[in-house]
Amino acid sequence: MTALADTPTTAPARTARGVALDKLFEALCFGAATLLLAALGGLVVSLVIGGWPAFAKFGLTFFVSAEWDPVQEIYGAAGAVVGTLVSAGLALLFALPLALGVAIFLVELCPPMLRRPIGTAVELLAGIPSIVYGMWGLFAFAPWFAKHIQLPIMMSAKPGTIWETITSGVPNGAGILTASIVLAIMILPFISATMRELLLTIPAQVRESAYGLGSTTFEVIRKVSLPYVRTGAIGAVMLGLGRALGETMAVTFIIGNAHGFPTSIFASGSTIASTIANEFAEATGKLHTASLIALGLVLFVITFTVLALARLLIGRQAHA
Amino acid sequence: MTAATNTPGLRVSRRISEYAFLIFCWAATAVALLFLAAILFALLKQGLGGFLKPDGHGLDLDIFTRSTPAPGSQGGLLNAILGSIMMCVVAMVGAVAIGVMAGTWLSEFAGESRYGKVIRFLNDVLLSAPSILVGLFVYEILVAPLKGFSGLAGSVALALLAAPVITRTTEDVLRLQPTALREASVALGAPVWKTIWSVIWKSAQGGMLTGALLAFARISGETAPLLFTALNNQFLSLDLTKPTANLPVVIFNYALSAYDDWRRLAWAGALLIAATVLTVTVVARILAREPRRS
Repeated sequence: MTALADTPTTAPARTARGVALDKLFEALCFGAATLLLAALGGLVVSLVIGGWPAFAKFGLTFFVSAEWDPVQEIYGAAGAVVGTLVSAGLALLFALPLALGVAIFLVELCPPMLRRPIGTAVELLAGIPSIVYGMWGLFAFAPWFAKHIQLPIMMSAKPGTIWETITSGVPNGAGILTASIVLAIMILPFISATMRELLLTIPAQVRESAYGLGSTTFEVIRKVSLPYVRTGAIGAVMLGLGRALGETMAVTFIIGNAHGFPTSIFASGSTIASTIANEFAEATGKLHTASLIALGLVLFVITFTVLALARLLIGRQAHA
Repeated sequence: MTAATNTPGLRVSRRISEYAFLIFCWAATAVALLFLAAILFALLKQGLGGFLKPDGHGLDLDIFTRSTPAPGSQGGLLNAILGSIMMCVVAMVGAVAIGVMAGTWLSEFAGESRYGKVIRFLNDVLLSAPSILVGLFVYEILVAPLKGFSGLAGSVALALLAAPVITRTTEDVLRLQPTALREASVALGAPVWKTIWSVIWKSAQGGMLTGALLAFARISGETAPLLFTALNNQFLSLDLTKPTANLPVVIFNYALSAYDDWRRLAWAGALLIAATVLTVTVVARILAREPRRS
């Protein structure tokens, strides 16, 4: 497949001009590839340099304090970090079973005629811009959610129980749980598309053997198909998690943007990305800007770890 | 497929779990489709209002002919639409040039080299990196040193988001081209660059176009990286070295404002962007389905 690189470029038929152009062409292509590497490297370096004043001023307390006070110039990342992890974690919790269901439906159960239209429709969910999810979430979904789900749950919670604590909040629909649900819809098509591709890599004999032994669809999926694609499936989940962690606009609209640790699933919160989106353009001082960039670096480290793991796992599955 | 469910001797517990599982898979798909329908419905219901006269009768094309208004007065989205188009076009030119070359290097020259593997891996990471971080990066290298927000900085941020998509699809499509094609061209005495330029790229152009369209769909709705690179501009301007109005940021500002007129414009803008992105996505999918010449 990569025979060109091995072709002897000194073949007698080659003109000197052809050889020179070949070298130039390869150098250009190499340069473009290196530029991508430089962009990622530059991104890390610029975040470290830009965030340095905040790390230098606050040291380790930057990571453990949840106080975020632009007036007194005290900044701590913990609230936003916890908000990011909680909202992305909840989103994954909702999205994973749904995505698995959709992928299995499309591969195993869907009537062939409907396979393409339904597959495309689910993929369209991935095409809707983040800001549209944000507007829909805030103006259409949150009011509905508040009226039909949040209020009944809050009313049914007995006073004094833990259940009451974790469901307390303003019943306006905007908060961590709503943001997680919208995030779940956004990452669902990514997870289900990867799962679907993985399920299609299973050799027909393997599945047919299981069916032939009298297994039900459920048993084939649970005991044959899923174990077969396990490594890649974990990778697909991590890929979805990576998306959810860095998602910005939708969360900024819906999560309510309150600093500090989230107190309940209905309470307002903030994530790293939403804090940056809200405050960066209007940052009050150098330290404020630096703290926001430092937050960005924290987000980069988290997502890089998750995405790198995802790629390694999916890659291993593809080559297995 | 469901032969087992009809087998008479099947234990009840197995039959129940089987039915529960089948129902769950159907329900999961229904839920996903329901959300898509709900979003599209809300978008159409709220967004179409922006294209009608305030009294609800007759078409109103102010959206395309007037610029963003001051609070309380009439206006449209002309400056934002133009700004978005300009920034996306500039970004796509840069991203296609870099992405196609980088993808070509990965497919044709890198082979199994260690450096090739590193770039392939990091490109995949860049592909899914949070877009807001790309915005921060461009702010640090372009906006802060030059002491000014500009449409060009926005274009650079968008290009950085589009290039990895194009790199990835280009590499994938070029790898699908048969080796015999390369060998035939080289055997005729064509230099390597000529082989790639007029044979391989030509043969892969459909797939490469799909990649470019998907990249365009990705960046045209992107908001986060523009918040602090292109910023916004209330007036019509064709100067990309100044802050430039763009649809996503206008939608963000107007949607969260207290004025009904502004919210109406935000919904109309959201409909415009979503329609563009979804159309481009569908066209790209259809193109990808065309049988490739081999």
